[in-house]
Amino acid sequence: MKKFTLVLIILMMSSVSYAEIRLGALFSTTGPASFLGMPEKQTLEMLVEEANKNGGINGEKIELYLYDTRGIDAEARKKFIRLVKKDRVDAVIGPTRSGSTLAIKELAGKFKMPLISCASSDRIIEPINPFVFKVAPSDMFAVRKIYSYLKDNGRKKVAIITAQNGYGDSGRTALLNEAEKMGIDIVADEKFRDNDRDMTAQLTKITEKNPDAIICWGVGPAPAIVAKNYKQLQPEAMLIMSHGVASKKFIKLAGNAAEDIILPAGRLLVAEKLPDNNRFKSMLVKYKNTYEERFDSSVSTFGGHAYDAFQIFKKAYKISVKENIEMIKAIENIKGYLGTYGEFNFSQNDHNGLDMDAFIMLKINNGDWELIN
Amino acid sequence: MQFIYSGITSGSIFALVALGFNIIYNTTGIINFAQGEFVMIGGMLIYTLLSIYGLPFLIAAPLALIIALFLGALFERVFIKSVRSPNEIKLITITIAASIILRGLGMVIWGRNSLSVEAYIPYKILELPAGTLTSNSLLVIIVSLITAFSLSLFFKRSSLGKAFRACYDDKVAASICGVDVSKIRMLAFGIAALLGVIAGIVTTPITYVAYTDGIMTGLKGFAAAILGGLGSFWGGVAGGLLLGIFEGFFASVFPSGYKDAFAFLIILAVLFLRPKGLFGKKKAERL
Repeated sequence: MKKFTLVLIILMMSSVSYAEIRLGALFSTTGPASFLGMPEKQTLEMLVEEANKNGGINGEKIELYLYDTRGIDAEARKKFIRLVKKDRVDAVIGPTRSGSTLAIKELAGKFKMPLISCASSDRIIEPINPFVFKVAPSDMFAVRKIYSYLKDNGRKKVAIITAQNGYGDSGRTALLNEAEKMGIDIVADEKFRDNDRDMTAQLTKITEKNPDAIICWGVGPAPAIVAKNYKQLQPEAMLIMSHGVASKKFIKLAGNAAEDIILPAGRLLVAEKLPDNNRFKSMLVKYKNTYEERFDSSVSTFGGHAYDAFQIFKKAYKISVKENIEMIKAIENIKGYLGTYGEFNFSQNDHNGLDMDAFIMLKINNGDWELIN
Repeated sequence: MQFIYSGITSGSIFALVALGFNIIYNTTGIINFAQGEFVMIGGMLIYTLLSIYGLPFLIAAPLALIIALFLGALFERVFIKSVRSPNEIKLITITIAASIILRGLGMVIWGRNSLSVEAYIPYKILELPAGTLTSNSLLVIIVSLITAFSLSLFFKRSSLGKAFRACYDDKVAASICGVDVSKIRMLAFGIAALLGVIAGIVTTPITYVAYTDGIMTGLKGFAAAILGGLGSFWGGVAGGLLLGIFEGFFASVFPSGYKDAFAFLIILAVLFLRPKGLFGKKKAERL
C-alpha cells in the first residue's frame, strides 16, 4: 500500500510539473559570439517573465531552460541532448551560431524536437528538415539587398572578402550565386580567418583589381580589423559589411574605421528613425524601449531574433492547442506575423518566412546608424 | 610590396615572442609554451590600467612592465623552481599546463570578449613606395627593434648579461665562477615575460586582445624561433620578420585561405634542409 501511494504521489507530481510549458533555449552567452547571444538571452528571459506575469500561454506558465553553448558546436549538441532527454522541453529556441545550429540539425529531426534557430545560414533550412525553423533572415536576402543597392548606384565590379567559418562560407556562397543572377561582376574572392590579425595582404590584392565596392562577410573582431586595414589602404573606397556586424560593439571596436561603412540590417536598429506610418514602428519602438530600460544597454537585432522566435513559439503553441495539431504544423500555419525582421509567412517549404524586405540599408555615421535609401 | 610592410609589422611581434623563447631556452634548456600567454596578459594589463583605472599611458606602460617582470619571476618560482627532480620533458609539460592555467585565469578575470584600447599615438597613414603603413604599425616595428637592440646590448655589455651567457655556455662552470644560476633563471623568465608584455601592449590598439590570443601568437613565435635557429638571438629576430613576410606574401599571391599552411610549409622545408634553423650555430662540444 505504501509503495502504491508513493508511486501515486510521484505520478501526481510529475503530472503537475507537466502542466507547464517547458521551453528550451541555447545561446552563446559567452565566447566570441557572446555579443550575439547575450541580447538573445536577456530578451528571452524578459519576454518569458512578462508572459508569465500576464498569465502565461493559455493560462499555463512557461518554464525556461536556458543553457550557454559558449559558441562551441560540440557544447551545443551536448546541451541540446540535455534539453531533450533531461528537461523534456516542448521546443528549443537557438542556437545563436550557424555552425552550432547545423551541428544539431540532424538531432532535432531524430528527437522530433521543434527547433527555432536564431542563426542565419541558408543551410539551416536548405535542405528542409521538418523540425528546424529559423527566424534570422537568409544571407541570400541580405546579398540581394546589397546587390540591388549597388546596381542602383551604378556599381557592378565587386570584390568580396569572407571569413573562414560557417557564417562567412554561407555568405560567400550566397554572394557568388546571386552575383550571376543579378549581373554583378566579382573581381576578387579573398578569405580571412577569425584569429587573423592583419588583412592588408588580402586587401592589397583586392585594391589591385580596382573594384567599385568591397563586401566583407564576417562576425566578431576580424571584420573590425578588415575595416581598419582597408581604411589604411583605400580611405575613400566603398566598404560594405554584412548584417553580422550590425551591433554597436562593432562600431566601438573599429572606432573611426567604422565610419561610412554600409550594411544591410534589420529595422530594429533605426526603429525611432523610421517614418511614423511604418507598420513595424510601434512594435519595434516598444521592444526597444523596454529592453533598453531594463538592461541599460542598446538593443541589437540579435535580441530581435529571440523576440521573433518567442512570439512565433507563443503563436504556434496557441494554434497547436486550439486546432490540436503538432507544433511544427502550427508554425507552418503562421502567416503575416509582423516581427522585428519583417513579415513572417511560413509554409511547408519555407521555414524562414521572410524575403528581401527583411533588410534595410544603413550607413555608419558619427558612430551611429543612418538610414539610406 | 604592401605585404612586406604588413609582414614586418606582424613579424616584429613574432620576433619579440621568439626572443622570449630563446632567452628561456638558453638559460634553462626548455621551451616555455606559456610565452604566448604573456602577450595576452600584456594586452589585458594595459587594457586594465588604461581603460579601467584610467591611468595615463606614461604611467600605465611602465607599471605594466614592472608587473610583467614580477609575474615572470613568480611564474618561474611557482611552476619551474618548485619541481622536484626536474628534467626538460617534465618542465616543458609544466609550461603547457601553466599556459592553460593562465588562459583560464585570463578568461575569469577579463571575460571572453575582445577588448580594445585607444591608439597611443595619433592615427596617420604613411605613404611608402607601393604601399602604406599606419603610424601604429610603425610604432610596433620601432618598439620591437629598440627592444631587440637594447636586449642585445644588455647581454653583451652588462655583467648581468654576461652571467646569462655564461649560464648558456656551461651552468656548472658559471656557478663555480660565482654566478647565481637560480637567480639568472628567475630573471630569464622575468625578461621573457617582459618581452611578451611589450608585444601585448603595442599590438592591442591594432588587433585587440581576447583571452585565447596567446595560443596562436605563441605558436607563431615558436615557429619563428625554430626558423631562425633555436637559441640564436638575431636568428629569432630574423625568423620572426621572415615568418611575417612569408605569411603576407602567400596571402597576396595564393588563395588567402591557405596562408597559414604555406607559412608552416616553409618552416618544414627549412627544418628538412637546415635542421639547426637558418641562423643556428652548432654548439662546440668536447668529446
